[in-house]
Amino acid sequence: MIEQTENIAVEIHDLSVSYDRKPVLWGIDLTIPEGALVGIVGPNGAGKSTLIKSIMGLIPLNSGYARIFGKDLSEIRERLSYVPQRESVDWDFPTSVKEVVLMGRYKKIGLFKRPRKADLDATMSALESVGMQDFASRQISQLSGGQQQRVFLARALAQQADLYFMDEPFAGVDAATEKAIFNILLEMSQQGKTVVVVHHDLQSVKKYFDWLILLNLRLVASGKTENIFKKELLEEAYGGKLTLLTEVGDLIKKEEFPGREE
Amino acid sequence: METLIEFFTFKYPNIKYVLFGSILLAVSSAIVGCFTFLKKKALVGDVVSHAVLPGICLSFLFSSQVLKLPEKNPFILLFGAFVTGWLSIVVIDNVVKKTKLKEDTATGLSLSVFFGVGILLMTYIQKQGGSSQTGLDSFLFGKAASLVGDDLILFGFIAVFLIAVVILLFKEFKLVSFDSSFAQTIGYPVKALDLILTTLTVLAVVSGIQAVGVVLMAAMLITPAAAARFWTDNLQKMIYLAAGFGAFSGTIGAFISYVAPSMPTGPWIVMVVSLVAMASFFLAPKKGILFKVLKRKKIQKMILEENILKLFFQLGENENNFEQARSISNILEKRPFKLKKLNWALQKLKAQGYLTKENDLWKLTKEGYNKGKRVVKLHRLWEVYLTQYLRIAPDHVHDDAERIEHIITPELEKKLESLLNFPNKDPHESNIPY
Repeated sequence: MIEQTENIAVEIHDLSVSYDRKPVLWGIDLTIPEGALVGIVGPNGAGKSTLIKSIMGLIPLNSGYARIFGKDLSEIRERLSYVPQRESVDWDFPTSVKEVVLMGRYKKIGLFKRPRKADLDATMSALESVGMQDFASRQISQLSGGQQQRVFLARALAQQADLYFMDEPFAGVDAATEKAIFNILLEMSQQGKTVVVVHHDLQSVKKYFDWLILLNLRLVASGKTENIFKKELLEEAYGGKLTLLTEVGDLIKKEEFPGREE
Repeated sequence: METLIEFFTFKYPNIKYVLFGSILLAVSSAIVGCFTFLKKKALVGDVVSHAVLPGICLSFLFSSQVLKLPEKNPFILLFGAFVTGWLSIVVIDNVVKKTKLKEDTATGLSLSVFFGVGILLMTYIQKQGGSSQTGLDSFLFGKAASLVGDDLILFGFIAVFLIAVVILLFKEFKLVSFDSSFAQTIGYPVKALDLILTTLTVLAVVSGIQAVGVVLMAAMLITPAAAARFWTDNLQKMIYLAAGFGAFSGTIGAFISYVAPSMPTGPWIVMVVSLVAMASFFLAPKKGILFKVLKRKKIQKMILEENILKLFFQLGENENNFEQARSISNILEKRPFKLKKLNWALQKLKAQGYLTKENDLWKLTKEGYNKGKRVVKLHRLWEVYLTQYLRIAPDHVHDDAERIEHIITPELEKKLESLLNFPNKDPHESNIPY
């Protein structure tokens, strides 16, 4: 079941992606409404992170496109924000909390230029929104997992974007932090921002998200959570993998088979 | 002393060249090396420094056989070095992309192939004979004394260029070193920045080889950065420190080779910077080995002291008399401490006012009593916690509590008490004192 929407924030059309020749997303077609709090849910290896990475232009597409607010990615980067998985960076890097959050302002500062006073103000207010202002000068290796996640969130807030993609912001954080992060996401969504979150825990899906994307190598379902969070659809996403699909994918990789647009 | 003055007043113009040349190359490679180090590309420096050798040999052959130049021209040599150094990185990237080989294999492969070809060409050139090629083997292990005026001007330009680019692109390099996919999503030219950083690395290597040699050049990139990392958690300070370490080793290396003319400058620079690094590993606050050892010793002493006070409390508990003075053999009966350590700790506890001593008998003070009581309380509370919350059998909780009783902070103590709701008895039916 694929529900379309009127006021589109993201439109994905026939999007396919491969890793090392092996297809990991097959022909994704969906729309995401503006101002929604969106969950991307599916089993391990379903291509959830791959989907947002490919929308953000971090992975080359095999086919299809993603349009954001009706425009191409390169025209609209300033309204976009991406929060990578916490483990994707080295937290032993010699830098402070404040400096990491300041990176959220780098696009606005521009190449070759130094941060302005306003950028420092925006950094501090982003830190305050996630309750980390007291940690501003702390070295990042001294943070707990939940605090690291808040720092990444603050960096995203400092970007002052309209559309946010977050890769597992709730992974490995304690219950209190999870609640705090969720409240921030909720507030963002109430301010009309669109927030797309890769999520792992089915238990909290209904409470957290008003729009849901079920993924397992292909799009299983997409639409309002109340229409999508159904037993049959969840079983289709989590239950028996499409073994034929996986086998064909492996074969493409092994046989040096040309991709769709080669 | 006289030589020191001779050296630093530049009695001979050659000293100036060697000194400034050594400092320039050490500082600029240390600065660029900080980013190589943080991007975890330490081995790339090694590959590049080995891969410049075939470039030097080829451009030497080109200038002597095709252009028929009588002298080796530093500009042509360095250009050749730059090209093959660059090529070795392109080879690594492509081997990783196009084959199933992993990066470590590709790195090793690229290094040995380029260096092999370099040695081959060099042997060929040496067999050819001729006078001007003799300077060529100084590229292998370096010869700072061969730095002459023209070379120095060239290196000076390269060094200033490297430092200027790092200053200009500091923010950008920091971002791509820390989180390159984020940099890509905000539209920064990540590929171009990587390209520039690689080019800087190659340039740093190329400018250093004549003084330090291809074999040791990688150390000039990575060692100052690794040493500096031990002293600070701030990237800017780390770069200043690395540059300082570089300048220091450049100076000392040049000085040693001046004092002892048979000593080579390059290897000495590397020796000094390695010593600086070793000293950092040992002495740096917080991260250094010495700091950790001392901290462990301090904790061991604290545990011993707390255990003695605990023992006094337990003895008093048994006899229901906390005022009783006790002899050393009295204490050792109950728990076999090492005599020397026990004596030392008793003296210290007395000095701290937790114990008093009269006629070789020891007694708890009021404060000592409180401290001993607290340790006993924490021990028993922890045992309760383990049995209740971790469902560990009562006969298995003692050893763990022996350790944990010393680490619990007053904040954790409060939490533990309210979580367990001030129990009266531990799992072994001993009273918990409050």
